[in-house]
Amino acid sequence: MLKIKNLEAGYGKLRVLKKISMHVDKGEIVSLIGANGAGKTTLLYTIAGMIKVGGGDISLFDCADLASPQAIVKAGCSLVPEGRQVFATMTVEDNLILGGYVQYKQDKGYSREVELAHIYEIFPVLQERRSQLAGTLSGGEQQMLAMGRSLMAKPQLIMMDEPSTGLAPLIVKEIFHIVMRLRDEGNTVLLVEQNAKAALGIADRGYVLETGKIILQGPAEDLLANSDVQRAYLGRDVDAAAASCDV
Amino acid sequence: MPLELFSQYLFAGITYGIIYAIVAIGFNIIYNTTGIINFAQGEFVMLGGMISISLNSLMPLPLAIVCAVFITMLFGGLLEIVFIRWLESPSVLRMIIITIGLSIVIREVALHIWGDGVRALPYFTGNVVSSVQILGASISPQVLWALAVCSIMVLMLSLFFKFTSLGREMQACASNRLAATLCGINARNMVTFSFMLSAAIGAVAGCVVSPITSTQYDMGTGLAIKGFTVAVLGGLGNSMAAVAAGLLLGIIEAFSVGVGFPLVFQDAIAISILLVILFVRPHGLFGNKEAAGLKEF
Ligand SMILES: Nc1ncnc2c1ncn2[C@@H]1O[C@H](COP(=O)(O)OP(=O)(O)OP(=O)(O)O)[C@@H](O)[C@H]1O
Ligand SMILES: [Mg+2]
Repeated sequence: MLKIKNLEAGYGKLRVLKKISMHVDKGEIVSLIGANGAGKTTLLYTIAGMIKVGGGDISLFDCADLASPQAIVKAGCSLVPEGRQVFATMTVEDNLILGGYVQYKQDKGYSREVELAHIYEIFPVLQERRSQLAGTLSGGEQQMLAMGRSLMAKPQLIMMDEPSTGLAPLIVKEIFHIVMRLRDEGNTVLLVEQNAKAALGIADRGYVLETGKIILQGPAEDLLANSDVQRAYLGRDVDAAAASCDV
Repeated sequence: MPLELFSQYLFAGITYGIIYAIVAIGFNIIYNTTGIINFAQGEFVMLGGMISISLNSLMPLPLAIVCAVFITMLFGGLLEIVFIRWLESPSVLRMIIITIGLSIVIREVALHIWGDGVRALPYFTGNVVSSVQILGASISPQVLWALAVCSIMVLMLSLFFKFTSLGREMQACASNRLAATLCGINARNMVTFSFMLSAAIGAVAGCVVSPITSTQYDMGTGLAIKGFTVAVLGGLGNSMAAVAAGLLLGIIEAFSVGVGFPLVFQDAIAISILLVILFVRPHGLFGNKEAAGLKEF
């Protein structure tokens, strides 16, 4: 579905991504974890066509020449950006409708009502707030709206950039449940998270990004069990734990 | 004040008010998609008038107007493509300076093409002396034309922004350009459309009022100030409120002359209102404080 080979990208002269190779297969949840500034957001924006590819290639749905963000969304790859980025001055329902325009325009069989009903079923709170201005929603509701807006385009691959940031544990749990539900409905998810434990917990596979390079990859359980990952991202001091066992 | 005189001033105020409103709506359209204020908006009104006057010597009036509006619309789009489109995330201040610069250049070019004389389109129906009696006042039929055309335009615009996909997409770009791009909207094209649209409505206004107010190469500056006042008075981005605010300013100006306020101070009224509004209610008389708080500027 998504294949990336030796990808390089950055901002102006600054190379942020260095020879990244990774892939996402249909029906998977793939989690990408890494510290602040590792380049996770940069990678997602590059896949979404917002940042120019500086080297290597990205093949999305077996097309190598999807250049503009419009073409990529049309082809079925949506990004839920970091920090939600809802249309603050528009209503919740207008936000959702806008998310669906690409499909609405190119697909005769697309029914806005059906999709809206689907989103409202996944996120009942959005239905309650449908005529409220999006900027006045709570952080958790805005995250749900951002996800719902992306889903309105019926993407095959949905990329989420830190959906759990700044949310209460209960809401985080709900968001992760929804991510799993999306996979069960046949979607493919590329999930970027700081919350490594939860992200790897629901993922099939994972990648660890450090200063623009993939340093580890593999099945999610293996990564969860990996002592380097545990030390760096799960806040568990393995050596100390081992030492306390010895006593 | 006798009724006839009262309604005479009232209609004069309404006529000017609706022009201010149209200029304000032009500001709003571009503001609504880009968040920038295009200070060359008044020049579109002047161009619409001037081009239609020139074309009218070659072709019948209705055709000349349609062509003039079309040419101004293309000009507006071209302006955006040449001077604004290629800028990578320009700051608001930079945009303001660019549009002020453009307005000066357009004015100078217009001076070279059309000279500094006062020109006017012929009356659409009747002539200078024909009039309609309303509430005891003699109203030129052209005033009714201006009112009708501008009202229809305002109505169609608000329907456009509420109910068409292009209108919603333009709004989305204004609200959050990054998110709009991620929704598959081509934000750059939306900006070009917004310039074309506001150039077109400016040109329409320039044509319908030309017989009443005449057209001169430098009429744009004054209109831009009045239009900006009205846009702020109504609450930036809100077209219906701009109409109300435009009528309010037009009527205040007309009656200030009526009660003997010196004509030279007429322009000071608009500026004073602008300052007071900016101090007291920066989100406008009719603006929604909540929505204004969600905007970036
Ligand atoms: N617009 C930009 N211009 C220049 N440099 C940038 C820009 N955006 C990000 N960077 C730099 O690129 C690097 C990677 O940033 P990126 O946002 O991809 O990190 P991240 O992994 O998403 O971090 P976080 O977990 O904090 O969101 C950082 O060093 C950052 O300073
Ligand atoms: Mg990030």
